[in-house]
Amino acid sequence: MKSLCVFKKELRLYFGSFIAYSLATAFLLLTGYFFYTDMVFYDLFGDFMDITASLWAYYFQDVRFVTLLILPLLTMRLFAEEKKLGTLELLWTYPLTDVQIVLGKFLACLLVFVLMVFGTLLYPLMLSTVHNFAWGPPLAGYLGVILLGATFIACGTFISSLTENQVVCAMSTYGVLVFFWFLTWNEEAVGPQMIGTISRFSLFDRFEDFSKGVINSQDVVFFLLATVFFLYLTLQSLESRKWRGMR
Amino acid sequence: MSMIEVENVTKRFGPILAVDHISFSIARGEVVGFLGPNGAGKSTTMRILAGFFPPTSGRATVGQFDVVSQSFQVRQMIGYFPERVSVYPDLPVRSFLDFVAEAKDVPRMSRKSEVARVIDACGLDRVKDRVIGHLSKGYRQRVGIAQALLHKPQVLILDEPTIGLDPEQVVEIRRLIRDLGSERTVILSTHILSEVSSVCDRVIVIDRGKILASESLANLRAQLQRTRQIRVDLEGPEAPVSGLLQSFPGVESLRRTSSDTASLAFVLDYQGEDIRKQVSKAILDQGWGLLEIRSLEPTLEDMYLQLIRLEDRRLEAAL
Repeated sequence: MKSLCVFKKELRLYFGSFIAYSLATAFLLLTGYFFYTDMVFYDLFGDFMDITASLWAYYFQDVRFVTLLILPLLTMRLFAEEKKLGTLELLWTYPLTDVQIVLGKFLACLLVFVLMVFGTLLYPLMLSTVHNFAWGPPLAGYLGVILLGATFIACGTFISSLTENQVVCAMSTYGVLVFFWFLTWNEEAVGPQMIGTISRFSLFDRFEDFSKGVINSQDVVFFLLATVFFLYLTLQSLESRKWRGMR
Repeated sequence: MSMIEVENVTKRFGPILAVDHISFSIARGEVVGFLGPNGAGKSTTMRILAGFFPPTSGRATVGQFDVVSQSFQVRQMIGYFPERVSVYPDLPVRSFLDFVAEAKDVPRMSRKSEVARVIDACGLDRVKDRVIGHLSKGYRQRVGIAQALLHKPQVLILDEPTIGLDPEQVVEIRRLIRDLGSERTVILSTHILSEVSSVCDRVIVIDRGKILASESLANLRAQLQRTRQIRVDLEGPEAPVSGLLQSFPGVESLRRTSSDTASLAFVLDYQGEDIRKQVSKAILDQGWGLLEIRSLEPTLEDMYLQLIRLEDRRLEAAL
């Protein structure tokens, strides 16, 4: 599979330029701090019978927030950097298909993110040494984080393919993702009929069930489709080089 | 057998016509120089051949494969060095070349030796483990050339390969290109004229998206050399000297030029047989001091400027 060489190259770039390390550090520090505060809350006010509602739900919603902060910074370089450096011109003259390039990049970024998320497993593991709990709900939450992350990454990959400026890319990705967050913020503004339709597209509402330990197949399919959709848009955006200047 | 075939290719970027109905063909094993001022359409033509973008109209093939519909096969055959040296500054030289070898389908078994071969050919041995971003411009350029050479492509497309190199490296890279040219088809673009004369079998002169000439160097020279030129350095009174020089048959123009040795120096354009002998005799007969007389070979620069001037005149006439 030719995607593999792009995948390996992206990983070398992530780990060779310290982007991965610095973002992972920020991710682990923030999630660690949130886990600590959520733990304190659980300890003082939580319902000990229902750790899912009084700890995991808060924790995963905090992780969701950190994911939103970190991922656009991880994805911004994917295509924007290659455009700026001119290396995309090389990639396009190698016997590589656009699908191989996009998949290689997406999967490399996803792996970096999954590794970061794996790091956070340390927190529940530490808790499990002093407090017994069922692993099902937090694992469902982790699955949700990874699916949500995959969608964010696909979205960031797409936006990165539109510009050669990494800052513009990160800001636009924040814009799009935050828009999906606030989509259902004010139910009154959109009215009761619309809210049902709109909340289906809210990346954050879709995450809600996972944080409560529920794996809903509809939500899984939604995230997978959203990921594929954004990757498809990326391919279309790369394809545009072929018709530019065709008039 | 022709390796590259370009028929009526046009490339338009919005209102700008970058390449205007050009056609040419290049035989297997030929080394061809694309010569032209900046913005002439050299890079655009090369990018089309490299499969980077398709032409607006017309057809181009590399090794019988269409650059648009069979772009993948074309890309397997070529090595491309883009005008803007593009390498990943955060990768070490060898990692970058490993990646390129893999992307170009070099079989796993020979990948290591192939990478070692281009590292050696491009003189990168000393820096192979260093991060590309820390290398000097000349070395980065060589990394760019090394990636083009990987997988022994049958066709090399090099867009200004020696720009920004120091003189020693320029000589090395030219030698490398000449060696490659003995077994492969090479197209290189340049606006350094001496590069063409030292490396290429044939030159294609492009200006404003059109081909002005596609000739071997000798032919081009012969074609533009109908007018001969001599330079005379002498000591004597200016007016009578210029009168005498103008009196020779076939003289087209005479102009005074600067000289650091003589009081007078003239450049004489004429047609017909060599007149140096008559000129020197006439000068000596007048009792003036003849310091130097020599015929001027038109340099590639002259030929090139002459071609562009001819084209300008043609365009003006058309208006």
